[in-house]
Amino acid sequence: MVSDGREAKGRLTRETILAALETVKDPEIPTVSIVDLGLIYDVRVKDEEVEVDFAPTFVGCPALHAMEREIVERLQSLGAHSVRVRRVYRPPWTADRMNERARQALRELGIAPPRPAPAEITLTVFEKLPCPFCGSTDTRMENLFGPTSCRALFYCNTCQQPFEAFKPL
Amino acid sequence: MGNLSRMPEPLREAVGNLLLAMADEEVLIGHRDSEWVGHAPILEADIAIASIAQDEIGHAILWYSLLQELGWPDPDRMAYFRDPPEFRNATLVELPRGDWAFTVVRQFLFDFAEKVRLEALMGSAWTPLAEAAAKVRREETYHLMHSRAWIARLGDATEESHQRMQAALDLAWPHALGLFEPAPGEALRVAEGIQPPEAELRARWEAEVRPILEAASLVIPQAEPIYGGRAGRHTEHLASLLADFQLVARSGLGETW
Repeated sequence: MVSDGREAKGRLTRETILAALETVKDPEIPTVSIVDLGLIYDVRVKDEEVEVDFAPTFVGCPALHAMEREIVERLQSLGAHSVRVRRVYRPPWTADRMNERARQALRELGIAPPRPAPAEITLTVFEKLPCPFCGSTDTRMENLFGPTSCRALFYCNTCQQPFEAFKPL
Repeated sequence: MGNLSRMPEPLREAVGNLLLAMADEEVLIGHRDSEWVGHAPILEADIAIASIAQDEIGHAILWYSLLQELGWPDPDRMAYFRDPPEFRNATLVELPRGDWAFTVVRQFLFDFAEKVRLEALMGSAWTPLAEAAAKVRREETYHLMHSRAWIARLGDATEESHQRMQAALDLAWPHALGLFEPAPGEALRVAEGIQPPEAELRARWEAEVRPILEAASLVIPQAEPIYGGRAGRHTEHLASLLADFQLVARSGLGETW
């Protein structure tokens, strides 16, 4: 087991861990990784023990458990003996943490990526939101709530398609 | 103050009492909202109320998790295996779902009570509570937009909608005042900077909800608060709610989802 441990140590670095977490997806947005969404705040590794700071988008998101379970499994298969996923709330997750790769992947799924979140969110963040299909800004919000906590429903007057938008937080 | 092990015993108990009220209220209003799934007046309203129910139950889990850190049993145990007198929620959230008017009026009064409470708790001396309050406050923005839009829409739309909304407000208001019944240990919590006095929260809440209700032509009733919920004294409706809500967990058929 000692040799296994040494091997694991070599593989368990901040970089290899983040690379492994790139393959963990939000099951409700299956093409976007949790790293690109900006949900991973920090990773600490000491010997074979890993601690991951994980920030929920919405606290009531039913996919949190699935994502946490996958984080643990992925890092154990990388050689971690113990994995602790800590939910963190400070600073609160905001849309600004999402990278361009995540934003592009959302558009491809027909979900408009969120605008940067102002200090106080008002309905103006939903005005003239570009349609993810045709890019038109002649769009309207149909419902503040959608199929998941983090999405709202919209309609594009130009291409006449309904679409979803990721809510700013 | 972030270190739990150093929180002295009377304060631990007092902070727990506040969290218990908050958690129980969220889980029960979440359950009442969920009763609309598949029944709401229009599809958009159905999606919205389902999403709000999910958010509120998520917030309940967060408050129950903080309670667990203070030494209470785990969230599932707290939600599914306690009897009515052990619940410490204001009675507003246990009332039957009623018609859509009652649902939106209750949600509106509750959302704004949560808003003023969370904004106050963001400055709490107990760091884990302050951090969680800041997170939940941002999410609640969407509930606030939703519920105040329904007040404006139905308050003076038609004679029937006005009557239903007024009847809903007459019923809900005294129970809503119960959202500011001090949970045991208030003086200690206030002295330690955990929370401002409930009376102060109530004043802030009234300053927010009164103009919105009045703009929708609704008359705020003169009524005394209905207290008792936070001391475990409930209406007859809590027992039947829990019978539904706890049935699967208590059946022993499956321990996990």
